[in-house]
Amino acid sequence: MLSYFAKRIASSIPTLFIIITIAFFMIRLAPGGPFDSERPVPAEIAANLEKVYHLNDPLPVQYGYYLLNVLKGDFGPSFKYHDFTVSELIAQGFPVSIQLGLLAILLSLMIGVLFGVIAALRQNSAIDYLVMGLAMTGITIPNFVMAPILILLFGVFWGLLPTSGWGELKHMVLPVIVLSLPQIATVARMTRASLIETLNMPYIRTAKAKGLPTRLILSRHASRATLLPILSWLGPATAAIITGSVVVETIFGLPGIGRHFINGALNRDYTLVMGVVVFYGFLIILMNLLVDLLYAWLDPRIKY
Amino acid sequence: MKISQKLLFLPVLILFSSIVSTAVNAEMVIHRGNGAEPETLDIHKSTGVPEANIQRDLFEGLISEAADGSLIPGAAESWATSEDAKLWTFKLRQNGKWSDGTQVTANDFLNGFQRALLPATASEYAFILWPIKNAKAISKGEINDINDLGVKAVDDFTLEIALENPTPFLTGLLSHHMAYPVPVAKIKEHGKKWTRPGNLISNGPYQLADWKPQSKIILTKNPHYRDHDAIEVDNVYFHPIEDKATELKRFRADELDITDDVPSDQIAWVKKNLGDAFRNTPYIGTYYLAMNLEQAPFKDNLALRKALSFAIDRNILTDKVTKAGELPGLGWVPPGMNGYTSQTIPELALEKKERVALAKKLYEEAGYSKDKPLEVELLYNTSENHKKIAIALSAMWKQTLGVKVSLRNEEWKVYLNSRSQKQFQLIRSGWIGDYNDASNFLDLFRSDVGTINPSGYKNQNYDKLLKQAEIETDAKQRAEFMQSAEKLLLADMPLIPIYYYTTQHLLNPKIKGWEDNVMDIHPTRYLAK
Repeated sequence: MLSYFAKRIASSIPTLFIIITIAFFMIRLAPGGPFDSERPVPAEIAANLEKVYHLNDPLPVQYGYYLLNVLKGDFGPSFKYHDFTVSELIAQGFPVSIQLGLLAILLSLMIGVLFGVIAALRQNSAIDYLVMGLAMTGITIPNFVMAPILILLFGVFWGLLPTSGWGELKHMVLPVIVLSLPQIATVARMTRASLIETLNMPYIRTAKAKGLPTRLILSRHASRATLLPILSWLGPATAAIITGSVVVETIFGLPGIGRHFINGALNRDYTLVMGVVVFYGFLIILMNLLVDLLYAWLDPRIKY
Repeated sequence: MKISQKLLFLPVLILFSSIVSTAVNAEMVIHRGNGAEPETLDIHKSTGVPEANIQRDLFEGLISEAADGSLIPGAAESWATSEDAKLWTFKLRQNGKWSDGTQVTANDFLNGFQRALLPATASEYAFILWPIKNAKAISKGEINDINDLGVKAVDDFTLEIALENPTPFLTGLLSHHMAYPVPVAKIKEHGKKWTRPGNLISNGPYQLADWKPQSKIILTKNPHYRDHDAIEVDNVYFHPIEDKATELKRFRADELDITDDVPSDQIAWVKKNLGDAFRNTPYIGTYYLAMNLEQAPFKDNLALRKALSFAIDRNILTDKVTKAGELPGLGWVPPGMNGYTSQTIPELALEKKERVALAKKLYEEAGYSKDKPLEVELLYNTSENHKKIAIALSAMWKQTLGVKVSLRNEEWKVYLNSRSQKQFQLIRSGWIGDYNDASNFLDLFRSDVGTINPSGYKNQNYDKLLKQAEIETDAKQRAEFMQSAEKLLLADMPLIPIYYYTTQHLLNPKIKGWEDNVMDIHPTRYLAK
């Protein structure tokens, strides 16, 4: 187990290296630079800026410097937010994104699994159709539609929750709901399909034949097998929720990391984009590794 | 006392204590929407409006702004100019204090100017100080001794500024954030982190209490500010909200007192439902199209340039398309500039029929007709508004002249790149003044300013008139030089003005002390709730 873990960590280093390299040169290919603005700065001043930010060195030299700094854990200063380093910006944004993401995943799991189990046990009944219908609606309504509707209802009309902002528990309610709705639907559908399949397995039939109550069959025998596909979804989904909540962050005015990614790319804030890319890459690799380890724990057939 | 009696007193006690606590805690707080997240609070590194709004509350230049945006004495209580208007002497107030209680001296201002211009600071806006003697040469690295800069601290309370040319708009420049004083000792102590809460000291009405990037910036009253007692708002929150729809919702939920903007597609709704909160004011900015004079079809084809300009119905654009109360653009310099009369294109005053007929005539003169239509590409940066305007323009040209317009949109940075490389035929642009002086607009079309000149317009007479204005000491004569220059520019028509900008805000009707103005300057120190 430990050697497997070490091997996986080691194999992630070249992956990260490739990510850095591709991202570094891709962002430089985009036309325009960090200091292009409505008001082009005089050539003399542009030269001063480039000197301060080492943009006047040849690209391979800049790449070399960047790699060296990353090895030292230094993502450099932001080109756009002059008062902060990239590491500081990530350190400030990440707790917000991870709190939101984890809460949303937790909520999706709880409600999604519950819905899925109900639907599977009452397969092809009115309840099944109702639950799955709701789930389908959850998937199809995009978050940039759902968020403003919820804000209008809960924030503007009823005044129950803040429309946006960050700091207290009440600020998290709406964003977490918006983030988790499509995931609830996905989890419910997966649970339903997976449970129905599991319930048709011979070993479940054996359990039933032994006369075990349904509650025990579900909790002892069916649950592990049912959860496996959800587990493999969990890794990428957690990463996706944390990294991909840009729309939700923008609409709710949340100081998360996703906005840095998009704004960084639009502003040609080279160091910020690179920092977030490397960080996301690391996060996704880590999530997948965790899921693989959980797999081994849940599925007795898998051994590392 | 029995328990029941004690219980009787309880509500009274609670009521009393709550009255006391509200009296004690009755701090006046204002929440302002402030557009994008500030890029920096460093006065020499910032370039945008969101930063300037915050810095204006934190710092005070030699010259400051009144509630209506007009210029008033700030850290300087008086000043005098030499006869040739090239040497200005400022007397600082004795009671000017930094927020840590230390004295504001002429040296703090001197340090500010020096830091702004040193190449190592890499200040993007350094050029705004170039009217100061030797400033440009220092920026360029041609002069290495910073003490050669034309600024001298004669004593603690006297500052001398020597200029390259008489600069009548110097007071406007000195109210800009590039001319604020800096606490140089603190910058040395904290390095890049000098703008953080706890490190930053400021000499204005407010001091920095907290800064959570992408979330909020909180300022509290500076207890050492000279006019401290007259300031009513104790705490001001600046919320970075880029999404205008989000900002509107927050205003409707009473989470904001002042918005930075109003979403343009919601203006009709806002006027109807939030009419008493809606503020719509002319702004010193012009929305225009620039024509590339370095290549066909606009190169050496004045008739064609005029035809396109005359064919546009600007009233329809502002009334039906943009709908934010903009004024139709009839010239280059927007109305409202100090001591300046904005010039207009005379033909735009014609009746619609005559104007269109003239446009058709010029179009044919230029060598085009219905059978041989002009094919032209209009470039704009990606935005719903620009797109709507571009579509309306191409429809107008097609209808009146038969021009075939193709539209090209590019993401902001790509667009800027195309613009500076002159890779366009016709490009949408906008210009907002930094300070209230017509030269701020007219300088854009000088032939010696490089890629900032959007059309590549070159006219020696135009340059000459602006040079004359630069060295003229008589304000009236100077304005006349500039007005002649604008007339010349409009006659040569390297640009098609579309409209003059307006600003839109939503303002909590309880806010007092707000005065609409063309500079869109609203320091918190004059507000109350």
